[in-house]
Amino acid sequence: MTFEDVYRQEWGQVVATLIRLTGDWELAEECAQEAFAAALERWPHDGVPDRPGAWLTTTARNRAIDWLRREAVGTRKLQELAALPADSDPPYDVPDDRLRLMFTCCHPALAMEARVALTLRTLAGLSTTEIARAFLVPESTMSKRLTRAKQKIQHAGIPYRVPPAHLLPERTPAVLAVLYLLFNEGYSDVVRTALSGEAIRLARLLVQLMPDEPEAAGLLALMLLHDARRDTRLTPDGVLVTLEDQDRTRWDHDQIAEGVAVLDSALRRGAPGPYQVQAAVAACHATAPAAADTDWSQIAALYAQLPQTPVVSLNRAVAIGMADGPAVGLRVVGQLAAGPLTGYHLLPATRADFLRRLERWSEAAAAYAEAIALATTEAERGYLEKRLQEVSVRG
Amino acid sequence: MKYLLMICGDESAAEHANDGCGGWTEEMEARGVLAGGAGLRPPTEATTVRVRDEDVLLTDGPFAETKEQIGGFVLIDCADLDEAIEIAAKHPAAGYGTIEIRPVLEGP
Repeated sequence: MTFEDVYRQEWGQVVATLIRLTGDWELAEECAQEAFAAALERWPHDGVPDRPGAWLTTTARNRAIDWLRREAVGTRKLQELAALPADSDPPYDVPDDRLRLMFTCCHPALAMEARVALTLRTLAGLSTTEIARAFLVPESTMSKRLTRAKQKIQHAGIPYRVPPAHLLPERTPAVLAVLYLLFNEGYSDVVRTALSGEAIRLARLLVQLMPDEPEAAGLLALMLLHDARRDTRLTPDGVLVTLEDQDRTRWDHDQIAEGVAVLDSALRRGAPGPYQVQAAVAACHATAPAAADTDWSQIAALYAQLPQTPVVSLNRAVAIGMADGPAVGLRVVGQLAAGPLTGYHLLPATRADFLRRLERWSEAAAAYAEAIALATTEAERGYLEKRLQEVSVRG
Repeated sequence: MKYLLMICGDESAAEHANDGCGGWTEEMEARGVLAGGAGLRPPTEATTVRVRDEDVLLTDGPFAETKEQIGGFVLIDCADLDEAIEIAAKHPAAGYGTIEIRPVLEGP
């Protein structure tokens, strides 16, 4: 195991424990950092301890005691800290510190961007520089954002805990939303793939910590299934490759198997929510041996189970069209073609695709041109332009 | 921790002026979290004062011409933000207006 692995694995636990012990977020991070620095110095000579996490926590805790000893204000905290046996495991009724940390970082009283940044910093151990780079903002901006969020937690009295049972149903979605946002940040941009990895790692942790929450497992399954197809989504020159044209032999089939297994165990609890349903859609795609084998009727039925947002309705129309034929699909899309989807490039792109399948070439070309004008990424524009050329040649 | 609940509403909130608080005050008194508060006369009866270069400048009306105006305030003393949110969410005004929760600056 490399030092990097130990860091990624243990950082969140060390910080979380130190926050519980000291109640001071800045101090917790500083002491954790010092503990890891000490490890980097000592371990090459002394060898890696049997329980690196415990070694790091004890070292960080000792740093905190030293620091509090120098600060008169810390007297009460210091007594509490010093009273604990050096290697004490948390009492059994205390849930995992990392779970507390996750719920605190994702408290709905914090702005979404602050929740994401704080989760990456305190739980995943990303540096401010790395987070700033991932969100394309200057480091000073990210640093201010993190400081402000930590100050709000302290000054507004956001409790450091897993919310009580009656608040869990309304708070858990906030945690899941942050993890999914993280994943999508990484998934939609080739430069930021590390974020997807962190999101999956944190989702695994959440599933382990909240085994009774099937939506957490649903989200993990959804991410695993999407991520398994990552390498086939773009051509080497960065043009989007649709599911239909992806090289299925290059999908990560072990990861797909894991995603399906996680989803199955979640669904057995009989409480399907939006993440489990979306994961089920992703599983339909991921397990079809060829694009033509895709169970589109099943996918259409799954989309019908989700809250009917405009984008869900559009996806459902695509599935219906793939199941019942492009003429039906075109009619269903036609019924959507107003209101909230105006300006959304996938609306004309979907219409264009059905028109292409119906061999109505000139109408398809017009719809592709409309979609190109609205597309938001180079990858999508590249794909749509390729299609436009194809139908223009035929027409 | 002490929090100020600023109870805000637009013009339509005036209809609720005489609603009372539907048992909210009684519950919060029993819980011992109330530390003060009052309903306010409408912003049309407000006077805004500022002193600039030793001149006292008075303006008729509220300092900010926004649609949402403070109609009342409550000072509470409770465990943490989650309890403050729970208290604010129970206030009937949360159902038609908005309630801003502000932590009170701790003394030195």
